Amino acid sequence: MSDKDKGVGFLDKIRTWARVNSPWALHYNSGSCNGCDIEILATLTPRYDVERFGIKLQGSPRHADVLICTGPVTMQSRDRLRRIYEQMPEPKFVVVVGSCGISGGVFQGCYNVLGGIEKVIPVDMYIPGCPPKPEAIIFGIVQLLEALKTGRKPEAVAVIPEPQFENKA
Amino acid sequence: MSEKFVIPIGPQHPALKEPSHFEIFVDGEEVINATLRLGYVHRGIEKGAEQRTWTQNLYLMERICGICSHVHALAFAQGVEALAGVQAPPRARAIRQLVAELERLHSHLLWLGVAAHEAGFDALFMYSWRDRETVMDLLELLSGNRVNYSANLLGGVKFDVTPDQKVRILDGVSFLEERVQYYLNVVNSDETFLGRTRGVGVLSREEAERLGAVGPTARASGVPRDVRVDVPYAAYTEFPVRMVLSQQGDLQARFVVRLEELFESIRVIREILNNLPESELTARMPRRIPAGEVISRVEAPRGELFYFIVSNGSDKPERVKVRTPSLANWGTVLATAPGHKLADIPMLVAGIDPCFSCNDRTVVVKTVR
Ligand code: SF4
Repeated sequence: MSDKDKGVGFLDKIRTWARVNSPWALHYNSGSCNGCDIEILATLTPRYDVERFGIKLQGSPRHADVLICTGPVTMQSRDRLRRIYEQMPEPKFVVVVGSCGISGGVFQGCYNVLGGIEKVIPVDMYIPGCPPKPEAIIFGIVQLLEALKTGRKPEAVAVIPEPQFENKA
Repeated sequence: MSEKFVIPIGPQHPALKEPSHFEIFVDGEEVINATLRLGYVHRGIEKGAEQRTWTQNLYLMERICGICSHVHALAFAQGVEALAGVQAPPRARAIRQLVAELERLHSHLLWLGVAAHEAGFDALFMYSWRDRETVMDLLELLSGNRVNYSANLLGGVKFDVTPDQKVRILDGVSFLEERVQYYLNVVNSDETFLGRTRGVGVLSREEAERLGAVGPTARASGVPRDVRVDVPYAAYTEFPVRMVLSQQGDLQARFVVRLEELFESIRVIREILNNLPESELTARMPRRIPAGEVISRVEAPRGELFYFIVSNGSDKPERVKVRTPSLANWGTVLATAPGHKLADIPMLVAGIDPCFSCNDRTVVVKTVR
């Protein structure tokens, strides 16, 4: 290995380190019912607080590493979704939150719905649920970050939820 | 000579979480006109409803809007029950109202946070969303899901309230009552915040009536319009609510009206829990609904929700038409926007508590004045 290669490897390491520790996320709703969007927003708020993983939700596609998509793709928003994806700098990752982003969910067969997000842009990670709980969303994103660290594709994980209702009211 | 600019915003934009496209015409800092393009989340639900059975539709309707999902299913279920000539048992109706009022708590707290965020008051956003988790826990405790609770069945409700849950809910709402009082003090006394809300976006009573405003937006302008009071449904005859009105018509009034409504909700939740009638949870529904048509109205957190349902006697509806409150309120934003500073627009938009997923059916354009 030449010195130059070593330098590149080192830089790559720094890049991965930085990426894993402060992924900036962009959120786009391409036709969801709002339930998933609200749960994504809830992950930012004090009880869940994803900022402790360095995850920040922000506004411009050009600053984003991760695109968080919700909802099925409607005809109207298809081109916008593609354009937002294209505006994001490489490397970029797409996380789909919610059943209808995965398959069209309950809206399957509606005339204006194309189906899941993967019909339009490549997807790296799916978080099922209608809507997934904030815990599930955080878990999913952390899985993605783990995968980035090792450079492997995220694997399917089956999570059997603990019985809930122990939260203090 | 002044120059006019068009500022396009959206559909992907940092302020709101849902896509919509605004075109704001400005002269310097001043807004002279505003147009809106909706439709990015138009999914064709009304048409889709015609291909699904009555029961399947219950779940589809719930997903018209993820914030006020319960009222959609409620309006649909009540309409279908009226068509079939069935009445839900008293306990079921009380539980429906209970969930509807819990939902109002969650929706208004959510809105308070979003509106505060638009005003640049992120501390309030974080506080109100932290407290909102209390309601989310209660809803999850009752139904098992945080957002689409699926409380309704055709002819009744799916779950009962156990004595243990009752205690938890009473505890939860007592905590929230204190918090809401605190927020009310904040929106009425924080000078910076008042600077963004007092006298901004004033909507007179006549204008509100002319534009057909509904819900808290209308009530903040002194229009006494509340389906819960005007045409009580569910158990609102047994457990009535008081209508909260304000004559001010500005953004501050919209904050105050919404927050004061929460006290009413909390009071009614307590009353229901302490006097829950004993009965079955469901009534028997026929699989085929007799032919006919019906109008079903309920008060969603954002205003009047209107369902028109036609049945042709089969196991699927012939037509379902939904008119959601946000759509009725858009006119008020476009009418009050001219003359304001550009920076006030996010607040004005947030002031009606817009929800795009439910109103994406049309295009609203205001002509240049
Ligand atoms: S998955 Fe469910 S909650 Fe999420 S956007 Fe779709 S319908 Fe709404």
